Amino acid sequence: MSPADTAKPAKAASKAASKSAPKKVAKAKSAVPKVKKTEPKAKKAVAKTRKAVAPQFKAGQSLDIDDHQITVGKSFSDNAKMTMRNIDVYYGDKQAIHNVSIDIAKNEVMAMIGPSGCGKSTFLRTLNRMNDTVEGCRVEGDICMDGENLYAPKLDVVELRARVGMVFQKPNPFPKSIYENVAYGPKIHGLADSRVDLDEIVENSLRKASLWEEVKERLHQPGTGLSGGQQQRLCIARAIAVSPEVILMDEPCSALDPIATAKIEELIEELSENFTIAIVTHSMQQAARVSHRTAYFHLGKLIEVNPTEQVFTMPEHQLTEAYITGRFG
Amino acid sequence: MNKSADNLSKIKRSLTRRNRAEARFQWCGRVAIFIGLAAVAVLFVDIIGKGHGAFQATYIKLNVSYDQDLLGIENLSDPEQLMMGNWDAVPKVALREKFTDVSGRRDKRRLNGLLSNGAGFDLKDRLLANPQLLNTTESIWLLADDDIDTYYKSWLDGEAYAARLSDKQVVWIDQLHEQGLIRLQLNTNLFTRGDSREPEQAGIRGAVMGSLLTLVLTLILSFPIGVSAAIYLEEFAPKNKWTDFIEVNINNLAAVPSIIFGLLGLAIFINFFHVPRSVPIVGGLVLTLMTLPTIIITSRAAIKSVPPSIREAALGMGASKYQMVLHHVLPLALPGMLTGAIIGMAQALGETAPLLMIGMVAFIVDVPGSFTDPATVLPVQIFLWADSPERAFIEKTSAAIMVLLTFLIIMNTSAVWLRKRLERRW
Ligand SMILES: Nc1ncnc2c1ncn2[C@@H]1O[C@H](COP(=O)(O)OP(=O)(O)OP(=O)(O)O)[C@@H](O)[C@H]1O
Ligand SMILES: [Mg+2]
Repeated sequence: MSPADTAKPAKAASKAASKSAPKKVAKAKSAVPKVKKTEPKAKKAVAKTRKAVAPQFKAGQSLDIDDHQITVGKSFSDNAKMTMRNIDVYYGDKQAIHNVSIDIAKNEVMAMIGPSGCGKSTFLRTLNRMNDTVEGCRVEGDICMDGENLYAPKLDVVELRARVGMVFQKPNPFPKSIYENVAYGPKIHGLADSRVDLDEIVENSLRKASLWEEVKERLHQPGTGLSGGQQQRLCIARAIAVSPEVILMDEPCSALDPIATAKIEELIEELSENFTIAIVTHSMQQAARVSHRTAYFHLGKLIEVNPTEQVFTMPEHQLTEAYITGRFG
Repeated sequence: MNKSADNLSKIKRSLTRRNRAEARFQWCGRVAIFIGLAAVAVLFVDIIGKGHGAFQATYIKLNVSYDQDLLGIENLSDPEQLMMGNWDAVPKVALREKFTDVSGRRDKRRLNGLLSNGAGFDLKDRLLANPQLLNTTESIWLLADDDIDTYYKSWLDGEAYAARLSDKQVVWIDQLHEQGLIRLQLNTNLFTRGDSREPEQAGIRGAVMGSLLTLVLTLILSFPIGVSAAIYLEEFAPKNKWTDFIEVNINNLAAVPSIIFGLLGLAIFINFFHVPRSVPIVGGLVLTLMTLPTIIITSRAAIKSVPPSIREAALGMGASKYQMVLHHVLPLALPGMLTGAIIGMAQALGETAPLLMIGMVAFIVDVPGSFTDPATVLPVQIFLWADSPERAFIEKTSAAIMVLLTFLIIMNTSAVWLRKRLERRW
């Protein structure tokens, strides 16, 4: 994530933000000057800036994280959809997530940012127990949705995953037709009573994913024949076809061009009216544009959770600040 | 600047080297393929050269009279009379009428030796099919003896082989040839009959049916078992010492010499469970044991090759593991599994050693009609014929090999075709 990248689409950010709640406009605007500071010149300057900043940073404060570190900011909510307390995740002997506690509020978009390998995906996957499928992965702590423990022995993961949908980093449509892709979830969960019902669900989901106009003529052609961006929207349509309560998105735009990204961001905003969304992203503009709160992870620890606006203007923790100003990561 | 020019010349120099290495490598490949193809070509030319003659047989045209008195039969619908009928007399009389000047017991015997000793039974079949022929006379092509067949074919090819014929017989054949009363005809016996001690009457129908029955049973047993085992091991079984142990053993089984499976089958199925010997059931069971490891291993490879992202997508949608396997993994893995199964079947089709152990090597004349009839299989038939002293069996052996190869080619082609078809769906 380069600082140049950080500041450039600020306009787009404010534009996207202006569509949603008015409080977000203010946030986006205020984000502009702060981020711009790091980019006085063109891209070439980036390398220099970094070199100049890094030693000064090191001299000033320590980057080491203290083991008993507790998360700073507002990680809890009164209106929580999902509550996570003292989560530890291990891959074999290796601990990937250390003692993370956080709430995700109803109809909130929660962005998770942090350097590569810090455990964002791992954490996200604990929310619908996708880590169960990984050999040697162990999750400790309490994760509840609407007060119900997700790791209770009697809980059925099939039901859980119908309530908590997931969109993966790489588009992964089934090698079946577009229609079959979207209809798959409703079919296996028995959500449609008739063919007409199913057709309607498919159309609505594709419309919500703003893919309908592009594919309505070729619903019965393979989903794998779509472009990368279309495939990703197809995966989103597939996920929302079962009307989950929570949608998890792991870098959904990492393989997309700016236009497709913009479409998906718009979509996320619309979806947040009905769904609760947790999104992992490497693009700080994206986090700024779409999310209500942002969580910053570092080396498997949750460093800071705050309203997005605040994270990008006055981060509480120096690690967060270092990351969003592009000093490392 | 200087450095980059330097690098460029270095790259150029190494480039020629790399290109040469690549060209060498390609040539090695071409030579290897050429050697392989040449070996196949030699094999085919040799076998076809030796075996093509077997698809024709020598026939002699004679006037036969279905004389009631000669046959000693009054009623054609009485099976006992039919059994006792003097069928051999009809062709003998026909021959004697053709060559009236033959006298003396030895010469007469030689004369009778022109025709296959099955000629009389062919006439019986014909008379039974056309009862109105009784007490009439007709001119008909009769099957010649195998020695005559060998001689006539070699004589037509320009290098007569008369070692097993007397001078008189050679003269008679010359006469028949001049009169146009001896000729080569499509050898239908080859495809309609079972084995026989007489080469001219021996056919591969029995062996083909035996192979078919055995293979059907093998497929029915080994495909479902193999695929289920593969799916369980790949998708459901916990990964621990036990499954590792099982995996090692499956791989070991694939490498066990096939004759061991024959011994196993003999000990378990025949000696312990008292399944009869020489029947397709026991053959199918033994070949199932042999094919299972192949099918399990190829099926597991096919399942492994299904991208994990598809599994994640299915599980993420809330599919149960069983649904994930059934809806997504299996359809994608099926072409690979089928290919594995067909390759396993092709192996089983060519398998000889284990079947020798369970008695499928017996001399069986009747064409088997069910899983419990004594039977032999194509490769064993080839082995039996190759072992026979009669010269006429040489071409029979090659012909049987051609039939076996044809089946193998069909199976392997269908494997390729099936895979293409199933894969093309998306
Ligand atoms: N299946 C696995 N087995 C062992 N270790 C794993 C596995 N998956 C992830 N890890 C480790 O867990 C840590 C967190 O990985 P994770 O994928 O959650 O990172 P991330 O924050 O999503 O990174 P990125 O931004 O690059 O996607 C990493 O150190 C990684 O090496
Ligand atoms: Mg990740």
